[in-house]
Amino acid sequence: MSQTMLNKSGSAGFLNPKNRLTLTWVLFLLPALLVYLTFMAGPLFDSLRLSLYTGEGYNPTEFVGFQNYINLFTNPLWREKFINAFTNTCIFFAIHMLVQNTLGLLFANLLSTDFKGRNFFRTIIFAPATLSVLVVGFLWTLILNPQWGAVNKIFMAMDLKQFALPWLGRENLALPVISLTSVWQWVGMPTVMFLAGLMGISDELLEAARIDGASEWDIFWRIKFPLLKPVIGVVAILTFVDNFNAFDIIYAMAGAKGEPGYSTDLLATLFYRTGIAGEHPVGIPDMGMGAAIATMTFAILMTGVLSWLYFSRKQATE
Amino acid sequence: MRWNRLQLFFTYVVLTIWSVIVLFPIWTLLINSFKPQKQIFKDPFGLPDTFTLDGYREAWNTGRFDLYFINTIIVTVIALGLILFIGSMAAYALAKWKSPVASFLYVFFIAGLMIPIRLGTLDLVRLIKALNLQDTYWSLIPVYVAMGMPIATFVLTAFIKELPGEMFEAAKIDGASEWQVYSRIVLPLMRPAMATVAIFNMIKIWNDFWFPLVFIRAEESRTVALGVSLLFGQYRTDWTRALAVLSLAAVPMLILYVLLAREFIKGLTAGAVKG
Repeated sequence: MSQTMLNKSGSAGFLNPKNRLTLTWVLFLLPALLVYLTFMAGPLFDSLRLSLYTGEGYNPTEFVGFQNYINLFTNPLWREKFINAFTNTCIFFAIHMLVQNTLGLLFANLLSTDFKGRNFFRTIIFAPATLSVLVVGFLWTLILNPQWGAVNKIFMAMDLKQFALPWLGRENLALPVISLTSVWQWVGMPTVMFLAGLMGISDELLEAARIDGASEWDIFWRIKFPLLKPVIGVVAILTFVDNFNAFDIIYAMAGAKGEPGYSTDLLATLFYRTGIAGEHPVGIPDMGMGAAIATMTFAILMTGVLSWLYFSRKQATE
Repeated sequence: MRWNRLQLFFTYVVLTIWSVIVLFPIWTLLINSFKPQKQIFKDPFGLPDTFTLDGYREAWNTGRFDLYFINTIIVTVIALGLILFIGSMAAYALAKWKSPVASFLYVFFIAGLMIPIRLGTLDLVRLIKALNLQDTYWSLIPVYVAMGMPIATFVLTAFIKELPGEMFEAAKIDGASEWQVYSRIVLPLMRPAMATVAIFNMIKIWNDFWFPLVFIRAEESRTVALGVSLLFGQYRTDWTRALAVLSLAAVPMLILYVLLAREFIKGLTAGAVKG
């Protein structure tokens, strides 16, 4: 690794200075590039190849072309599973987008003024983001558990018996409840990002608006919000990428099958069951089909990210 | 003036309500892990009448939590060291090498910020098997290092680009090689940016559950996250133990967070702040 040795050694002496410098840079980049290629970029692209094969266990060897994709979209069994997981993932993402980011914007707006205890509140709002998703998921399953019913006890005490429900046991409730648990954990991220954006807005501008008699509501919508648009874009795309890839929270709160009755099954849990764990009743992973699901997720992510890049560039040049 | 008072009042009310919503589950977790089962059900929110460490003792002894902690620390420390070392070397070249190759590689590296490595899991499983690393915690290290490259190159390249160029020129006129400039000048200056990268990756690696779940079965190789998921399943009916297990997993990060909140927040949002 030592550059000086290479430069002084005779074997590199035949290189002219320019090539020698190029060699130096290549050596600086090589370790990072090797690890990144072997363990990230390579596997990602090889998954595309894998999706064209079929076979049991860890070595799908039989080339079947696009058969896995054709199965995924035309075989009613697969199509139903995939569409269900895709719809659930969209709902999961939409709840984050709406609730998490709106709350984040509200908190950031409150935290951007100067008052006592500001840092204290910021620290608390962000705290759950440092916990493991798994721990958060398990903790909330206990708290929401109707047998113990920490949450339900509170509703009872407030005389709101009708809200003491089996939160994770009903098909129409489980997904929103799990999404909100995840919002509880991650709301600190948009809060801090919006806060950084708001701090960048000049005080004179806001002061001038106040002197002109603008209400805080007007100031928010007419000045702060338009200036925050680039940050909102970044927050939106991060929310998209993170949530289209969510797995741990579902695994912890609803199991790998997305219970009850697959109502919380996401693309990542479907991918896990199909390609890695193996689906009941066979219990043998179908790597080719798993790779096809991963590739579809990849395509969805790329479509989202690239259109975001396109629109944010376009907006920046306007 | 009046309006401002009202606004301040609103601010406190909203933030206090949310703080209670955040702290209540954490309080419930910690306080009940010291109570016997009966009291957990009878009085979920009060302080323990009879203080017990049974849950922790059980988790520590039968669950081998000591082992899980050591494994996770080994994996986290080695992976972080490698990410910082090879990441900062690459970032130095990406920032200083004036060539289309460098610009291309920069985009190639940071593209990884938007593409989750999990989608390549199936191939990684095969690769880990081929390397004969399955069922060991060593299998996690190269994957985490690769996973850390996008954020490391992104944050560190931006940082080096902002350092004054004269500094490098002066050193080179004095006859220093690129390696010497990197190791003696850039590396020490990069400390704040390195801390950001380190914290970002530390939280991700420490809390990662996916790769241990996929790569590891053997008891002696388990990480904290994997141990928690297996023990939690086992203890589902024994709430004292279940809560003790969760506390054991949560408390180290919470303590670090309380001590270093500012750095944690900066670290976790590093990927976005400059994007």
